[in-house]
Amino acid sequence: MSEEVNAALEFRDVDILFDRGNRRGAIEAALARLDAGETREEIGRALKVTVGVAGANLAVARGEISVLMGLSGSGKSTLLRAANRLNRPVRGEVRIGNGLAWLDIARCDDDTLRTLRKTRIAMVFQQFGLLPWRTVRDNVGFGLELRGMAPAIRRDVVAEKLDLVGLSNWADAYVHELSGGMQQRVGLARAFATDADILLMDEPFSALDPLIRRKLQDELMDLQKRLKKTILFVSHDIDEALKIGSRITIMREGRIVQTGTPDDIALRPVNAYVAEFIRHMNPLPTIVATAVMRRFEDLPRLADGMLDGGRIAVAPESATARLAGRPLPIRPHGEWQPGALCVVPAQLSLGEIVALRQRSGLPVLVEVDGRLAGLCDDADILQALCGEARFRPE
Amino acid sequence: MAAVVDVIKKHGLGVFDVITDVVGFCADGLTMLLLDMPPLLLVAAAMAGAWYARRSAGLVVMVALGLLFIINQGYWNETMATLSLILFSTLFCMVIGVPLGIACAHRPRLAHVLQPLLDLMQTLPTFVYLIPTLILFGLGTVPGMISTIIFAVPAPIRMTQMGITRVPRSLIEAGEAFGATERQILWKIELPAAMPMIQAGLTQCIMLSLSMVVIAALVGAGGLGVPVVRALNTVQVDVGFESGFVIVLMAIMLDRVCRPKDQAS
Ligand SMILES: Nc1ncnc2c1ncn2[C@@H]1O[C@H](COP(=O)(O)OP(=O)(O)OP(=O)(O)O)[C@@H](O)[C@H]1O
Ligand SMILES: [Mg+2]
Repeated sequence: MSEEVNAALEFRDVDILFDRGNRRGAIEAALARLDAGETREEIGRALKVTVGVAGANLAVARGEISVLMGLSGSGKSTLLRAANRLNRPVRGEVRIGNGLAWLDIARCDDDTLRTLRKTRIAMVFQQFGLLPWRTVRDNVGFGLELRGMAPAIRRDVVAEKLDLVGLSNWADAYVHELSGGMQQRVGLARAFATDADILLMDEPFSALDPLIRRKLQDELMDLQKRLKKTILFVSHDIDEALKIGSRITIMREGRIVQTGTPDDIALRPVNAYVAEFIRHMNPLPTIVATAVMRRFEDLPRLADGMLDGGRIAVAPESATARLAGRPLPIRPHGEWQPGALCVVPAQLSLGEIVALRQRSGLPVLVEVDGRLAGLCDDADILQALCGEARFRPE
Repeated sequence: MAAVVDVIKKHGLGVFDVITDVVGFCADGLTMLLLDMPPLLLVAAAMAGAWYARRSAGLVVMVALGLLFIINQGYWNETMATLSLILFSTLFCMVIGVPLGIACAHRPRLAHVLQPLLDLMQTLPTFVYLIPTLILFGLGTVPGMISTIIFAVPAPIRMTQMGITRVPRSLIEAGEAFGATERQILWKIELPAAMPMIQAGLTQCIMLSLSMVVIAALVGAGGLGVPVVRALNTVQVDVGFESGFVIVLMAIMLDRVCRPKDQAS
């Protein structure tokens, strides 16, 4: 419930259908069949209607990056484009918080729609969608120009946004003179220029090579820390999704299969389809300490009251530990020395835990909210790495 | 058909007279104006124009040599008359053609209807519509110009339509996503994107108009067609070749100056 109050953008029972045959009543017939539980294929074959998205429910909270994932044709772009009505849902609501009230983008009149597009929702395209006959400056100022902003003010805003994406020296260049990565930064600056609070990004980095892609992902996360936009992001790269997403939605054949935090998706996939998605991810940068650790609550007690951590015994209450009868010093992450147990923060990545375990030869303790909460030893790390066992739904 | 022309002639002659007078006055006036100016001044202006349009020294030299050659051969007056005829018919063609092309691109049904008509305009032998225009507008510059426009206007219509239809969907969506109105999409996205095609249409239109000068001369329009027709009647091979060469020269110069930039190299 608190999610709904915070939501900046919300899809409610959204169905999006494409009529390929232009036959009258085809859409209505398709909706009826959809409700009767027929599949996408059956409807497509019988009525020449493509089901782009069916029954989608999704709330995007203010300030979060929500990632849509799925195979090609699963309806990610279709759903994203419903958020600014480039695709219009045939049924359902796409709601945007507007002051205290909600606005339904799917049904509002054209003037309201244009105002929303000019001021609230901006978009970044996979193929950049920049205008080749305009300079970088005029591309970035495009949205403001449509709004009728005076050139002098526009220039200042554009300069500020170009500075934000590090392209100040390229203001007078033409788009084709820029590399792909720089072009997409222009796309970003154009989207930022309108000061829209909602950003729609349809595979914005897919057309770039892996190095540049990672760099732009980092830049985006950096900018997001400062700008706090509400971002709906389409990706087909699980590592990208886990890296930048605060929430991930997996789609399949037009339907949402699972929505959750990266940990939810990575550790608690609801079915084999999601698990299959996760299998190919790189776990080292994405899985965090809390997801790897065995929790102290789950450990058995030894005769002397300490917890049995396998090789070591731990007493979290008094922050002491023991290895083969001898006490072990405990040190926080930054001040670790050989021979001591290391305490790491909850959000440390699996990759760094592996490195610490390798250097110390000892298990790693995890601290959550200022208290020792669990430990990661070889078995936990290996399990996190190979994954299979964790993919069983709870 | 004859009846139709008769009816039009009887009841609409006033209108046609007005058109004849106004258009004829403008075209002939421009010719006069061009002829009043010292030729060398115009050559210099043409050179400046060529430089402004293309920034190519070679082209400027070519334009200068070409025009001086024309002066030298004594075809200056005819060239100016032809230039004015072409300028006016091209202007009309673009004013009619570009909006029609845009309309066709936005309304496939209209394009569907217009398509055979445009084909007809380009394939129908010129003499077929030369006769009724002659009756309606009398001898002179105007019927020549009308025939020229009928023959040349399909080019800008088609090229504009093609240019606008080919604007990538993604660019239009970029406009829509940032809240552009239909009008803003036309002016800020479709037209700039289609500009090379429209310019190609302009060049084609000029070339087609130029190819009509001889026929225009047959109905009494002045210009380079006149010596060709005269040469034809008197079997003067040298005059025919000379004036023909001047026409070609004009065609080359106009083409080089006007054609879209990306294709020039
Ligand atoms: N404008 C359209 N007209 C008809 N069908 C469409 C249209 N847009 C999308 N579709 C169909 O809707 C389905 C979902 O397409 P969508 O583009 O949303 O997939 P996607 O998940 O974004 O895939 P990709 O990863 O390839 O971009 C596809 O079957 C597609 O053919
Ligand atoms: Mg897509």
